[in-house]
Amino acid sequence: MSQTTTFEQPNTGTWDGGNEPFKASYGKLMMWFFLLSDAFTFGAFLTTYGLARHRHQAYEGTPEAFTFSTEWWPIPEKVFNAFPFFHGVDWPLAFVALMTMILILSSVTMVLAVEAGHRMDKNDVQKWLLWTILFGGMFLGCQAWEWTHFIAGTDEGMKLADGSVIHGANLIVNQYGPPLFADLFFFITGFHGTHVLSGVVLLIMIFINTVNGVYHRRGHYEMVEKVGLYWHFVDLVWVFVFTFFYLV
Amino acid sequence: MASHSHHADEFEQTGNIPKAQTKVIWKTFFILCALTAVEFAFAFMMDAGTLRNAIFIGLTLVKAFYIVGEFMHLKHETKGLIWAVLVPTVLLVWLLVALLVEGTFYGESVFNYFN
Repeated sequence: MSQTTTFEQPNTGTWDGGNEPFKASYGKLMMWFFLLSDAFTFGAFLTTYGLARHRHQAYEGTPEAFTFSTEWWPIPEKVFNAFPFFHGVDWPLAFVALMTMILILSSVTMVLAVEAGHRMDKNDVQKWLLWTILFGGMFLGCQAWEWTHFIAGTDEGMKLADGSVIHGANLIVNQYGPPLFADLFFFITGFHGTHVLSGVVLLIMIFINTVNGVYHRRGHYEMVEKVGLYWHFVDLVWVFVFTFFYLV
Repeated sequence: MASHSHHADEFEQTGNIPKAQTKVIWKTFFILCALTAVEFAFAFMMDAGTLRNAIFIGLTLVKAFYIVGEFMHLKHETKGLIWAVLVPTVLLVWLLVALLVEGTFYGESVFNYFN
């Protein structure tokens, strides 16, 4: 890493801070270890999901005859089958797949921004950061739509034994199945969404710094790399949420 | 970082911006998209079951490998850093599997006790 803006003479001895462990800077190493700790948090969420799911009965009929009931855990593709502007059309998981694509695409533009930073290409860094912010915002918009739909519920709703019908879900009632299913949906996708939101805020901050030439004067774009690590981790978590919440 | 520092050097010496090297990045992107499409296809063409879940988890791990290895650049870091990230992750997976298996057993024991 270039050290052009360091005015004091750096220590060079092995034991007085002169070398970088693993040939990675302090900031990048700490980002790796933070992400590792974050993986523990998401791991705990997914474990909780697995346990809660196992504690409930599995649906045993044919997929075609599936109905929502608090008796059994719902089949995800029967719950997440709506698409914006196609009201009442059954497109299982299509919208979630689209969200996954958007997030993977944002990871690519992020990597391109990091690559441009290595070449000290300020214009390219700006361009790719803007694309990443755009895709991140799109993902958040999609999630807002999905939450709204999940909370509002379907036209049919769920018929209760006393004849009343419930629509949608919140933390207490849930038309799609046991209340825990809705709780875990809110907690897991909500916690991930909070990560995406934080990522977008960080991206906007480094975008402003890039435009102002802060990193160019510093002589390197390492901050873009560090935020990039975080952003890819958020993408990585979504890949796991997609599998364990929507597919399995 | 080390593998890219010659770019920054070239910029300092000549003021020219080198050409972008994006081939690997786009290749990784297409692999990730294809794997997601395959998962999507399996969700419809195959009935739910242990085998399908195993396929999903396997494909997820392949995707994770590409995201962490190429996008997060871990494949090109020093061996020490790779192990420092990988070993705790493997232990974490062990913990999760143990919690699920033991927790399921414990949950069932408590449930059966009160039945």
